[in-house]
Amino acid sequence: MPGTNGSAPSGTQVTFLEAIKQAMFEEMERDPAVILMGEDVGVYGGAFKTSEGILERFGWERVIDTPISESAMIGAACGMSYLGLRPIVEMQFIDFIVCAFNQITNFVAKGHYLWNAPAPMVVRGPSGGGVHGGPFHSANPEMYFVHTPGLKVIYPSTPYDAKGLLKAAVRDNNPVLFFEHKFLYRRIKGELPAGDYTVPIGKAVVRRQGKHLTIISYAAMTHTSLEAGEALAKEGIEAEVVDLRTLLPLDEETILNSVKKTNKCLVVHEDTKTGGIAGEIAAILCEKAFGDLDGPLMRVTSLDTPVPYAPTLEEYFLPNAKKIFSAAKELARY
Amino acid sequence: MKKELTRQQYLDLYYYMRLNRAVEEMMVKLFRQNKIVGGLYSSLGQEAISVGTAYALEKKDWLAPMIRNIGALLVKGVRPRDVFMQHMAKYDSPTKGKDGTSHFGDLDNLHIVSPISMLGDLIPVMTGVAMAGRYLGQRIVAMTWIGDGGSSTGVFHEGLNFAAVQKAPFVLILENNLWAYSTPVRKQVPLENLADRAKAYGIESYIVDGNNVLAMYSTAKEAVEQARAGEGPILIEAKTFRRMGHAQHDPAEYVPKEMRAYWEARDPIALYEKFLTGENLLDAKGRKEIEEKINTLLAKERDFAENSPLPPPEFAETGVYCTGDDCHKIRAKWERPIAEVTPPRSSVEAVWTVPGFGSGKGSGGAHAPIHFGDTQPAETKPAEAGKSAVQAPAKAAAKKTVKAVPASASRKARR
Repeated sequence: MPGTNGSAPSGTQVTFLEAIKQAMFEEMERDPAVILMGEDVGVYGGAFKTSEGILERFGWERVIDTPISESAMIGAACGMSYLGLRPIVEMQFIDFIVCAFNQITNFVAKGHYLWNAPAPMVVRGPSGGGVHGGPFHSANPEMYFVHTPGLKVIYPSTPYDAKGLLKAAVRDNNPVLFFEHKFLYRRIKGELPAGDYTVPIGKAVVRRQGKHLTIISYAAMTHTSLEAGEALAKEGIEAEVVDLRTLLPLDEETILNSVKKTNKCLVVHEDTKTGGIAGEIAAILCEKAFGDLDGPLMRVTSLDTPVPYAPTLEEYFLPNAKKIFSAAKELARY
Repeated sequence: MKKELTRQQYLDLYYYMRLNRAVEEMMVKLFRQNKIVGGLYSSLGQEAISVGTAYALEKKDWLAPMIRNIGALLVKGVRPRDVFMQHMAKYDSPTKGKDGTSHFGDLDNLHIVSPISMLGDLIPVMTGVAMAGRYLGQRIVAMTWIGDGGSSTGVFHEGLNFAAVQKAPFVLILENNLWAYSTPVRKQVPLENLADRAKAYGIESYIVDGNNVLAMYSTAKEAVEQARAGEGPILIEAKTFRRMGHAQHDPAEYVPKEMRAYWEARDPIALYEKFLTGENLLDAKGRKEIEEKINTLLAKERDFAENSPLPPPEFAETGVYCTGDDCHKIRAKWERPIAEVTPPRSSVEAVWTVPGFGSGKGSGGAHAPIHFGDTQPAETKPAEAGKSAVQAPAKAAAKKTVKAVPASASRKARR
């Protein structure tokens, strides 16, 4: 992928899922304070086999199969973090994170602000649609948490970033939510360097250089946006594609730099439209780059509905390269 | 009441109950002078629970208070000025004005976790504290409190269930004070004894007279030592009564007069004074000395609190995130060899069998492998010879299967 930073030529091609697994293995190897907890993460190796072999390597005390109790596991992880552990909690599907909404938004997120208690913990899990998982196994619930000061929210698009950002998340002193788009798990491969590395939290990256407009996206839609970018290029429209990577804190600098260059902005996300990150980006541009805009901020997002099950319905619901292409062409005309 | 403590311990319990009540009485005065910023909650009549249970903990143990556990905080070493300043939203308070009441903690020294207003959340959090302490080899016990109302929350169940399957060294005190705001316990829980909730988690429980400080202490002490020994979490129901309204604004007119009269006649401090006098542990002179000590201390503490400023407005913007090592150096305190939890010693061979499972005809016989294994230590084989590094949760779980405690047997409290 163009713009992927740090791909070492000596590295091997691994899947997005393998990159996540490597990050967990390496962090647990590096620091005995790191433990893994979740439903079926141990014996079974995780519903998607993300933690396959971890129990055999690190043992019962560090790999904990929990009851189906999201509030309990996130609460317990928070308590563990108070004694200096760095727990990673897997949500079997990220949809289930809202079962622990109160625990995350009220207990975990507010502790440092209120009583100076850092909670170094990571909550991670498979998210997103496009695999016909239906309304409760396809969610993109990131914005519930982007609205919660005290959390960090990461949503990577490449194996390199997934590994580097997950390692950074484990080492961060704050609670970090880490969204793994399950469409990418086995479809996307990338080269990873041999040694240890991290990717900084809070930094977006330009995946494709362009001058006519900026497409801002993240996670699986980064790839869809790049696909649209290629099609646009054939029509003489050079789109710059920005991959946010971290949604909280948002990298305003990279967003502003790109839009000040192209003067037009299209935001693409798989999350539903109302209350999605596109609205926040629109507000930032109005506040800080109003004079630079030569066209309206446009957005291509999922519909404001639950994620439907039937392939025909889900495909209609989701953004795709064609929808991005059309919107970008319209925007380019301004 | 049987004599089994040292004279000093008896007097400590008395001192902290009196201090608890005096701190709250002083805050009522401050409230009436409009010096308390938000609401003010009272533990009048419940002091024996906070003091008796927290007194059973060691210094290294962890606790998390609820709104009516100022007594527990005082026993753990919190200064009255901190309690006053929290309520007055002062800049020198533990949360520097960012939160009020008993919502504050101390990770480094006193080992106190701050509560939040959503009830029950502390139960899984303190379960995690207990599990982490065990993992690090610290031999600590974690304790928190919940009310009859709070025991109706989902997270109460999730947390206690998780603590039970993990055999976490965790003690939960359920203060059944008969009222959750205006809702009587009968509408809250369809049980005569809330300790019976423990049956659902296969853990031990006790029922104690919450107005008897010695019963509270001795039961909590037993529970704490059981938990420390690896016998798993314990639920203690303390039967008591909330003498004031939900908070200062609530006259609690919904409480029947006879009920109030019954419990007012059983004031925990008056009951304990009678015991101490009868045992020649306290006389009028000793009592006066304690009163004077408390009055002098609290006058000083109140003055300090009143003189503390409110936080500067722009302070509101600070501290949402930990900014790294300059902000907090996070280090786990290991009290066991790290080699026990790192490969190769941490490695286990993946053989998943459950003794007795599938021993019937056509099942493949006893010890047939299954997909989802039980964590029986017999099947836990360290890659290296030698002592298993992974004994804590698994071995404890297997050693003693869930002990069913009938309600009658759970009345272990000494009265």
